[in-house]
Amino acid sequence: MSLPPFQHLVDAHWRDVARLAHGLVGPVHADDVAQQAWTQALAAYPRVRSARNLRSWLLTITHRCAMDHHRAGRRSTAHDDPASLAEAPVAAPPPEPPDAGLWARVASLPDRQRDAVVLRFVGDLDHRAVAAALGTTPGMSRRLVSDALATLRLDLTDPEDLR
Amino acid sequence: MTDPFATFDPPLAGPPVLAPTDVSYVLEDTAVGRMLVAVRDGGRVLATAYAPDDAAEEHWLARVAARVSPRVLRHPAPTDAPRRALAAFLDGRATRVDVEPDLALASDFQREVLTGLMSVGYGERTTYATLAERVGHPRAARAVGTALGGNPLCVTLPCHRVLPAAGGVGGYAGGPAAKEHLLALEARGGRTSGGPGPRTRSDRIS
Repeated sequence: MSLPPFQHLVDAHWRDVARLAHGLVGPVHADDVAQQAWTQALAAYPRVRSARNLRSWLLTITHRCAMDHHRAGRRSTAHDDPASLAEAPVAAPPPEPPDAGLWARVASLPDRQRDAVVLRFVGDLDHRAVAAALGTTPGMSRRLVSDALATLRLDLTDPEDLR
Repeated sequence: MTDPFATFDPPLAGPPVLAPTDVSYVLEDTAVGRMLVAVRDGGRVLATAYAPDDAAEEHWLARVAARVSPRVLRHPAPTDAPRRALAAFLDGRATRVDVEPDLALASDFQREVLTGLMSVGYGERTTYATLAERVGHPRAARAVGTALGGNPLCVTLPCHRVLPAAGGVGGYAGGPAAKEHLLALEARGGRTSGGPGPRTRSDRIS
């Protein structure tokens, strides 16, 4: 088994990683999260066992970095100002247009719904990969995504459900 | 229309900025053609290999990833010293490419042949048969030719000084014109008429 040179992963997937980070943490912290994901991926790369699904592997690392970011955000918020915790928004400050509307609504979703819908549609991962990233089952991934779509009041159908 | 993020098009900052790692490489346009220069962490040089097209570039990078480490990044800075050494040789300002070569990309047989090649000095020439004899495989002139054809350290390890006994310049990874150029450079003892310096391709956007 041989892995492709890491530069190929960067060239092929940096846009996808950046987009996913934008979807998961918003525009203010997306670059930090993406950068951190790449640094972690580079460090772990020689231990990867299969050259298949390297894109999913990168997006899963990006999701983990985004979760760390949300956790760290909550901790520091609680530390700085315990009173603000109850009403603190789940995610980053509001973004710039043109995605402001969508991001504001995505950011207000419960964590797991937000992660599932963003991994599914921004990451373009199937429910198996979304479930793996979230540590759950494909069935639960489907439910989280459909709940998220309902909450976003988007009258849309996940294409995978039509198959 | 099923994708709620169809219009999700955030401004992207650009590719990640990663520090040099196990292997750094660039593509360099030299006086004898486009070359891939690859350097190991610590500065030993893995490749000064002809990479005239994407397929050749792929070939060498896959070999680096398999034989040295998959942590391979395009990074100009770590390759500065070997690129300068290569340019000095190609400009006729130096009689050897002053770098520390690393034969990790070579096969065992290539290693034997390339080691035997080190005793062929600047401006000297030898034949495939003579080199085959010198490395203890007197009847393997053809295999020696093949081994040199896959030399990962062209110019640095001077396979261009090996010619067919029957005459002509023979094959060369960089093409016969590059081989003739190098032989002519050495025949007049260096000092070319100059020309534009090498340009780096490391900032190429892919």
